[in-house]
Amino acid sequence: MQFLNSDKMNVDFVGKRRLFIMISAIAILIGMAALVVRGGLNYGIDFAGGTMVQVRFAKDLNSDQIRTALAEIDMGDASIQQFEGEATHEFLIRVEKSQTNLVGLSDEIKVVLDKAFGAENVDIRRVEMVGPKVGKDLRRQGMLAIIYAMIGILIYVTFRFELRFAVGAIVALVHDVAITVGVFALLDKEFSLPIVAALLAIVGYSLNDTIVVYDRIRENMKGSGKSVFLEMINRSINQTLSRTILTSLTTMLVLVSLFFLGGGVIHDFAFAMIIGVFVGTYSSIFIASPVVILMQPKKK
Amino acid sequence: MIKSIKLRLAIVIVTVVLALIYLVPTMSGSVPKWWGAVFPTDKIHLGLDLQGGIHLLMEVDVEKAMHASTDRVTASVKRAMLEDKFKVSEVTQTETGIVRIKLEDAAELDKALTFFTDRYPIWDHMSTQGSIILYKVSGKERLRTEKLALDQAVETMRNRIDQFGVSEPEIRVQANNRILVQLPGIKDTRRAIDLIGKTALLEFKLVNDKFDPAKVTETELGENLEVLYQQTRDPETNAVVSKRPFVLEKKSLMTGEYISNANVRFNSQFGEPYVSLEFNAQGAKLFDQITAANVKRRLAIILDKNVYSAPVIQERISGGQAQVSGRFSAKEAHDLAIVLRAGALPAPIKILEQRAVGPSLGRDSIRKGLVSMVVGFIFVVIFMVVYYRLSGLVANIALILNVLFIMSVLALAQATLTLPGIAGIVLTIGMAVDANVLIFERIREELRLGKTPRASLDSGYSKAFLTIMDANITTLIAAIVLYQYGTGPIKGFAVTLSVGIISSLYTAIFVTHLVFDMVAERRALKKLSI
Repeated sequence: MQFLNSDKMNVDFVGKRRLFIMISAIAILIGMAALVVRGGLNYGIDFAGGTMVQVRFAKDLNSDQIRTALAEIDMGDASIQQFEGEATHEFLIRVEKSQTNLVGLSDEIKVVLDKAFGAENVDIRRVEMVGPKVGKDLRRQGMLAIIYAMIGILIYVTFRFELRFAVGAIVALVHDVAITVGVFALLDKEFSLPIVAALLAIVGYSLNDTIVVYDRIRENMKGSGKSVFLEMINRSINQTLSRTILTSLTTMLVLVSLFFLGGGVIHDFAFAMIIGVFVGTYSSIFIASPVVILMQPKKK
Repeated sequence: MIKSIKLRLAIVIVTVVLALIYLVPTMSGSVPKWWGAVFPTDKIHLGLDLQGGIHLLMEVDVEKAMHASTDRVTASVKRAMLEDKFKVSEVTQTETGIVRIKLEDAAELDKALTFFTDRYPIWDHMSTQGSIILYKVSGKERLRTEKLALDQAVETMRNRIDQFGVSEPEIRVQANNRILVQLPGIKDTRRAIDLIGKTALLEFKLVNDKFDPAKVTETELGENLEVLYQQTRDPETNAVVSKRPFVLEKKSLMTGEYISNANVRFNSQFGEPYVSLEFNAQGAKLFDQITAANVKRRLAIILDKNVYSAPVIQERISGGQAQVSGRFSAKEAHDLAIVLRAGALPAPIKILEQRAVGPSLGRDSIRKGLVSMVVGFIFVVIFMVVYYRLSGLVANIALILNVLFIMSVLALAQATLTLPGIAGIVLTIGMAVDANVLIFERIREELRLGKTPRASLDSGYSKAFLTIMDANITTLIAAIVLYQYGTGPIKGFAVTLSVGIISSLYTAIFVTHLVFDMVAERRALKKLSI
């Protein structure tokens, strides 16, 4: 079976580079605008600090009943959310409280729920408490991790290729991370520790794609010295296109499986990865190489 | 590249057998005795998110430890100065680590300065104003004290956890005076925090009966008296239900450091639990003196500023024994005995982060992780066979071996498998075929150029090799950075991703190439099923 025959393929990606750069710029701008409008990302307790209790009830309840029961505790704003797509009566109770003492809050919640619904009906499945200080640390470290990964990659690619290729790769990576984060801002989805892990995995994945294209460009540069630079880059993208799409496809297959079957934490992680792999594939075709062209010294 | 097919086959067989041996303990649950004598018995270690347990990140208040240590030095300085016949009116710690010395006679200033340079090099001179000298604890001494407090805290916690009986606890010191504790299989967070985080400073202080504790004022208390409370807590909610004040003499006559043993006993009359204490020889002597000098007075037993009881000393107690009673449950008494045996923490602890996963959620996560892994795997395997036919089958063999190797390396390296770690394996399954896709696409190109199947195979592998290396090394860089940054479960993702990348290089290049070569050797390749 074959989708694409790389010898016959000759789509003019490079010629339309301005259009694709525009599309990407707009996508990034929309994401940034969403970020501004929403007043930042919707940080999960990993980054914002707070307490989260995941509880399963043996009987049918709605979030209002839980809220009424919890009114007994003075804990400020609590969000109560029913677990998506589960037949069980499972809820996430999240309290963002940075000033007051968080230690012991989960115990209070358990006591109140036990009293209201009967201890035999309440199963506390998970409790997380992150102090504001730790949240801030994790946020800073997450940023740094992504920056360090990019610096490491910049060095490696410069060493193996040339600086302009490295710049192209980094632009593509920043592009991927920016759009993925933008989607999270746009959908107001919770941004947590596993999402940072997903971003780093996206960085690794998207780079993988970009490197394969670059490798082909390098190979073609050696072979056909006199051919026009633009045309040569376009040919390289076309030659690697079938591989780029195939690998994205197999990766998507496993991500879809994780998305639907992985449950809770993995669900959001897979969501971020799906967006990232999609954007990453796009960027290694439409963004990474055009940047190399932009950085090509002009010769008459 | 090694040319000999036999040698390559041998390498593959040996690695596969080794991988299988490493996986036997994990797969079978328990291994026969003779197995352990010859083969490894390490199982894949499950993270807290999969087996349930408690994760605590704590901060040791080293400032408090610094303050206490400087207080002790300050007291000894005052004694030493008086012994040396200085006329000193004041030696006090004004703020943490800063000491003010006031001489009555300014003429003694030079002598005092030499005294300090000679005998207290741990203090740096800050300033002199008239007869007042300011000293600051040196940076080196500060670091030493902080490190000591941290080490002591870890040691004490380890002691308490060991005595409580947790299998495979993990206690690690982290930057910024933080201690990470992981307790697999423990469910009751409140109890765990009480056990680990309790300062457990036991003090004996005399009760002053001259004042009515309910009405006493600040001025009446003065410098030597204080009010502490006996708090009663609701056993269920842990909320304070009643508070009874006591006027106490501030100076503690004795602390818990002399305890040699502590055990739970039950009151013969009501069956109420209490903790009986045994002092070491030095403590017994001290306790004997204290009780002898204060017969008929009340001696309060205070734990972490909370009065437990204040019995009247009926007679001199020389046996070196005492008891702490209060209204606690058997569980609380049991934990209190552990805490007193293991000793007090050198400084208070603050809980920064707390994560607890119940065993039922852990089991669910394992099930979901495995299901998504199997389904993802099947998708990819089917896709590869449909798209590349027999060659796809070869790639699938590599894929199966890849999963096998990842698992066995986890068992071998005693790495921890977490839920994100499983996601890492699933992701690797999707990405590991990339190497084969690169090779196969290259082979197809070569075939289209009109090369023979044999030549296409060889040049496909050699041309794709560098590309695969470059692409995977960069992904590895991202995974290593993630490992450095990651906490707990996230680290597990970085681990499986890294291991997956490396082992996929071996399976997708070395193993598949071998299979193709073996086929090509047996019969002349006329056509390649790709």
